[in-house]
Amino acid sequence: MGVGIQVTNLNAWYSTNHALLDINLPIPANQATALIGPSGCGKSTFVRCLNRMHETNPIARVTGSVRMGDIDIYEDVSPVEVRRRVGMVFQRPNPFPTMSIYDNVAAGLRLNGFRNRRILDEVVERSLKNAALWDEVKGDLKKKSGASLSGGQQQRLCIARALAVDPEVLLMDEPASALDPVSTAKIEDLIFQLKSQYTIVIVTHNMQQAARVAERTGFFLNGKLVEFDSTHKIFTNPGDKRTEDYITGRFG
Amino acid sequence: MRLRFQRSLDDLKEKLLVMAGMAEQSIQRAVEAYRVRDLSVCDLVDHGELAINRFEREIDQMALDLLAMEQPMAIDLRFILAVIKINADLERVGDAATSISDRVRDLEAFPVAELPVDTGKMASLAAAMVRKALQAFIEADATIAESVLSMDDSVDKLNDTAYFTLLNVMKNEPHLAPQALTALMISRSLERVADHATNIAEDVIFWVRGADVRHHMHETRPA
Repeated sequence: MGVGIQVTNLNAWYSTNHALLDINLPIPANQATALIGPSGCGKSTFVRCLNRMHETNPIARVTGSVRMGDIDIYEDVSPVEVRRRVGMVFQRPNPFPTMSIYDNVAAGLRLNGFRNRRILDEVVERSLKNAALWDEVKGDLKKKSGASLSGGQQQRLCIARALAVDPEVLLMDEPASALDPVSTAKIEDLIFQLKSQYTIVIVTHNMQQAARVAERTGFFLNGKLVEFDSTHKIFTNPGDKRTEDYITGRFG
Repeated sequence: MRLRFQRSLDDLKEKLLVMAGMAEQSIQRAVEAYRVRDLSVCDLVDHGELAINRFEREIDQMALDLLAMEQPMAIDLRFILAVIKINADLERVGDAATSISDRVRDLEAFPVAELPVDTGKMASLAAAMVRKALQAFIEADATIAESVLSMDDSVDKLNDTAYFTLLNVMKNEPHLAPQALTALMISRSLERVADHATNIAEDVIFWVRGADVRHHMHETRPA
C-alpha cells in the first residue's frame, strides 16, 4: 500500500542557486498528485528530493523534512532504502538495453539479493501485469531485449521494473511526454489502476494529463509552491492569479 | 501568452454580443407590435429570428472548436461554458419574441380591447433585465449580474398579477376571452424572457467568480 508523504520546510540548492524555497506539502496516500509549472520552476528538483536523488549531485544540498508514513527519509533510513521504497519513472524510457525483458524487471530484486527463481518468476509476472504489459510480452520474456519494445512498451517496462521492488511511492517525471497519444492513454490508465496500491507523484507539462489523472495538483513557480489544491479547483477556479495565468497560457 | 487563443475568445465574445443585440431588439419589436398592432413589425421579428438562429449555430461551432483545439482552463474554460449557455438563452429570448409576434397576428381577427394589465411595464422590466445581464457580461461584472437576479421577482409578481386579472376578465367578460388569453400568453413569454436574463446573469457570475449560484446554490452549499 502507498503511504502519505509530509514535506515540511524543504529547501534545496544547486551550489548557491536556491532551487526550492520552504516547500510545505502533504501528499495523500493512494492518490495521484500532479506537479505543474514552467521549466526551471523546481518541480523536478522537488521530486528528486523525495527519493534523495538530489543529493547525488555533489554541488546540491537539501534541508527540511520529508516524512513517508512514520519515517523521515533524511533521518531514519539510508538512500538505498529510500529508493527501494520510492520508485521512479523518467521522461524517456530507459530500459537496460542489453538485458532481456525478464532481466530488466528482475534487475532491482537481484540487486537486493533475491536469487530464488520461483519468486523472481512470480514478481516479474506480477509486475508486468501491474504495468499492463504482461499480455504483450509474455511469450518473449527472455528472448527479446527491453530495447526492442516500442517506446510506450519500454515506458511500461520501466514502470514494471520500478514496481518489482515493491515500493510505496511511485515518482513519475513526465512519463508520457515522449509517447504517442495511444501509449500516453495506456500510461494514464495505468496510473489510475496503480493508485490503489501506490502513492503517485507525477510531474507533467501536459495540464490536461494532470487534470485527467491526479486528485491533487501543485503549481510551482520560481522554486516556490504557489498553490496546492484539488485538481478540480486548480483547473476550474484556481485561488492564485499566478496559477490562473499559467494554466490559461497568459504567463510570460 | 496565447495571443491567437485570446483573439479567438474576443471574437467569440463580440459575436455573442451582436446576437444579444438582435435578441434584445426582437423583444422590443415584438412588444411594440403588440402595443400598436402592427404586423409589419411582426415580419421584422420573424426575420430577426432567422438571423438569431444562424448566430446560435455559428457561436456553438466557434465554442466547440475552441474547446477541441485549445483545451481551455480555469477562467477561459468558464467563459466558454458561459458563452454556450448564454447563447442558448439568447436564442430562447428570440423564440419568446417570435411567440409574442405570433400572438399579435392571432389578434388580427379580434377587435382591440383595453385590458387592465400593464404589459408595457412588464416588457420594460424584462428588456431591462436582458440589457443589464449583457452589461454584466460585457464588463465581466458579477455585481451587476447580481442586481439582475433581484429583479426577477418583480417580473414574476407582475406575471402572477396578470394571470389572476386576466382570469377574471375571461370569467366576467367572456367576449374578451381571446384578447385576454393572448395577453396572458404574452405575459408568460415576458416572464420567460426575464428567466433567461436571470440565467445569463448566473452564467456571468459563474464565469467571473467560479461560483454556481443557480437554484440558490450559494445559500445551500457548505463552505
